[in-house]
Amino acid sequence: MSLEDAARRAVEAALGAGASDADAWAEESTSRRIRVYGGEVESLSDAGGRGVGVRAFAGGRSGYAYGTDMSDGGVEEVARSARAAAEVADEDEYAGLPDENGVSELDGLASPRFADWSTSRKVELALEVERTARGRRGVSQVENAVYSDSEGSVALANSRGFAASYSATQAWAYASAFAGEGADLMTGLGVDLARDPGALDAQAIGTEAADRALALVGARQPESRRCPVVLDAFVTASFVGFIGSMLSADAVQRGRSLFAGREGDEVAGPVLALADDATAAGGPSSAPFDGEGSATRHTPLIEGGRLLGFLYDARSARKDGRSTTANASRASYRSPPSVGASNLVLEPGDHDLAGLVARAGDGLLVTDVAGLHSGVNPVSGTFSVGASGRLIEGGELGAPVREITIASDLVSMLQAVQAVGSEPRWVPFGGSVRAAPVLIGAMSVSGS
Amino acid sequence: MSLVAPELAATVLERALARGGELAELYAEARAGFSLSLDDGRVERPQAGRERGACVRVVRGDSTYYGYVDGHAEPDLLRVADSVAQAVRGEARRPAELSAAQLANGHPVELRPEEVEAARKAELLRSLDEKARSAAAEVAQVRVGYGETRREVEVFNSDGRAAADDRTRVRLSTQVVARRGDRVETGSDTRGGHAGFELLLDDPEDVAVEAARRALTALDAVDAPTGRLPVVVGNGFGGVLLHEAVGHGLEADAIQKGASVYAGRLGDELAPPFVTAFDDGSRSGDWGSDGIDDEGTPTRATTIIEDGRLTSYLYDLLCARKDGVESTGNGRRESFRHLPVPRMTNTFFAPGDATPDELIAGVERGLYAVSFGGGQVEPATGDFVFGVSEGYLIEGGKVTAPVRGATLVGNGVEALRLIDGIASDLDIATGYCGKGGQSVPAGVGQPHVRIRELTVGGTAA
Repeated sequence: MSLEDAARRAVEAALGAGASDADAWAEESTSRRIRVYGGEVESLSDAGGRGVGVRAFAGGRSGYAYGTDMSDGGVEEVARSARAAAEVADEDEYAGLPDENGVSELDGLASPRFADWSTSRKVELALEVERTARGRRGVSQVENAVYSDSEGSVALANSRGFAASYSATQAWAYASAFAGEGADLMTGLGVDLARDPGALDAQAIGTEAADRALALVGARQPESRRCPVVLDAFVTASFVGFIGSMLSADAVQRGRSLFAGREGDEVAGPVLALADDATAAGGPSSAPFDGEGSATRHTPLIEGGRLLGFLYDARSARKDGRSTTANASRASYRSPPSVGASNLVLEPGDHDLAGLVARAGDGLLVTDVAGLHSGVNPVSGTFSVGASGRLIEGGELGAPVREITIASDLVSMLQAVQAVGSEPRWVPFGGSVRAAPVLIGAMSVSGS
Repeated sequence: MSLVAPELAATVLERALARGGELAELYAEARAGFSLSLDDGRVERPQAGRERGACVRVVRGDSTYYGYVDGHAEPDLLRVADSVAQAVRGEARRPAELSAAQLANGHPVELRPEEVEAARKAELLRSLDEKARSAAAEVAQVRVGYGETRREVEVFNSDGRAAADDRTRVRLSTQVVARRGDRVETGSDTRGGHAGFELLLDDPEDVAVEAARRALTALDAVDAPTGRLPVVVGNGFGGVLLHEAVGHGLEADAIQKGASVYAGRLGDELAPPFVTAFDDGSRSGDWGSDGIDDEGTPTRATTIIEDGRLTSYLYDLLCARKDGVESTGNGRRESFRHLPVPRMTNTFFAPGDATPDELIAGVERGLYAVSFGGGQVEPATGDFVFGVSEGYLIEGGKVTAPVRGATLVGNGVEALRLIDGIASDLDIATGYCGKGGQSVPAGVGQPHVRIRELTVGGTAA
């Protein structure tokens, strides 16, 4: 039975069990993960998975169920279970399938070259990442060097006659390197992702991990100050990912977002532009349709510093009298669709990292933040997070620093953004973000 | 209960060892769960799930080869075993004889959650919503969550191990948003355990009351101070500090890679002599407890710090073999889709003699960190950062104004050394611990603990 057939059958079974409407998401994938350590394979996996998730509506009530048994009987049981679950939910006048379904034309989600790579070549790639990092003078250890990939298909069908599917491939590799000794051991991460292993640059990943660790060797706690701050692309991505979650219309409608009631406001510096784009070439979360079958698109969120709108699925759009932005996202068949960003794309600016550092004059370059998700109040946006990085002195990078906290609130921070860097890259932190470094006019940095 | 017949398990292990390996293992799991939430006054997102799957792994030298598949069908299990064996390069080995899987000593479940009607769970959520909203007019938003899972697992390995476990967990949580003018604050609380629905019969509304109290208290919070200050850490969830700043560094995989600041420190006096700490996955009914770990080793109490000295690391089978010791029953995995790695179960400081009031009375100016929003640590250095979700100033030996936006930044080794008081009020709270992309339930806990000095990063200029 094809995936689309399985999804269609699940929808029929849900209707048969008394659902007024239903959709079903079926998924099948194989994945491989190779972890090397000390020049040897530490672990190697070969895995397959498949499952189906059914959302059943009974008028305005909805229930969800999922299972791994893809036989006719198994799929029908999942459908019945979803319909039964709907009984316990309260009526929701906005609930329901999207009014329109569609598919955008996207190329390149699955690389034809993905299948060319044997397992032993992938092992060699992971080993090369490790070798490169370990080979840099001053690197004491490479704790993790990992290659991972997946090849999968998903299908979605609903009771309005929609049925579609797509396949995608993904390959990524990362390493974390250590430099320094004892209590002064510092770590650095290098990462790259692509549609097939051939597009990964093993040496660049290893070099990045090593360089990021080496840059922090000898870090000390600096004195507290208020100064310009440059966030590197990794750190920017973490913040952007968090901001993306706050731009969910669902979070806004439930009073859980600092952006509630601020549509049209200047929430950021005029140089800042942010969009959600599930059609972006190279975006890890790109897809032709979202988790409930709406055609994906490019949605501007912030332009010229002004907040233009929010991310919607069918339900939250109905509630606000808007159209969906095709942001019903699904982590897997194991969870029902909910509003979420796809690829967040930060519009790049003119300066490279050195240019931003020069412009900062005297300040701080932050290369790592810890505790972002526990350290930010999602409603007020105030945050205080641990950080490490380098001092900036006279427009040049200076001594490495650690055990510092940076504190502000997200909107003040966004409004203080003075420049965005010119070298964007896809970063798999905070979801899927195409990020560049940013220069922030001033932040409180607390040290000793 | 039997997920996989011992005869089939024996065949799978034999085929997995067809090209060598010192250890082959079949891990089979059946998982069923139900969850429900109430948000914005409405019961929503009822969700039922059912998964079956199995993982086969073969260990040869320092390398692990594994594969997993949905379902327990014989052809699928044999295919995975063959595929894993393909990656190994060595001489075939015969596994030891297998018996039927022995069910581990369970944790008592008096009222099976799946036998409680869904409507009753919805009612429970409504009563918590009502209770939280009645706390004050400033309560603006309430979210209540209920979740139950049952995981039946079986582990067979080529050393003849055949073990089974039947794990039921329930958890109830409440998050409250309170608003006064422009000021918006959140508060949350949870109750959970390796137990049945009976855990939620006695005063479940307390969870809502506590969450509301935290949010409302935060409305009055002043900016947190910054600088080096004495810190009294609250009991229960305050133990996340031990979990993050010490516990992760004691996991044997980090130790063996030299990726922990605690490597080579066994026997060293890391804390004052009145400090003792345990990891104990056998504690009856606690959130991080199981009958066996995910490699079939019975859970047990492991003393990690005794009278201030570091006494043990936390081991799974592979790390234990490398160090020539026994597994401490800490080989845990999120599901059959993951490899077991050394993980904490319930990790906590043993109670001391002081009362919380005595610890606070000894502080002239400091921070009382009751609960954390979470935290992060770099095991290599022990550096940590924690967001304080509920905190107060201590002035003149008394708890005074609530503070907001405080973070604790420090180092685990340093914090252990600077502990200068432990109270007697041990409590274990429910957390989810993430490591290597796997999330498992972990009990975090402690009595009130005082640390002489930590860096407090605040919002006050």
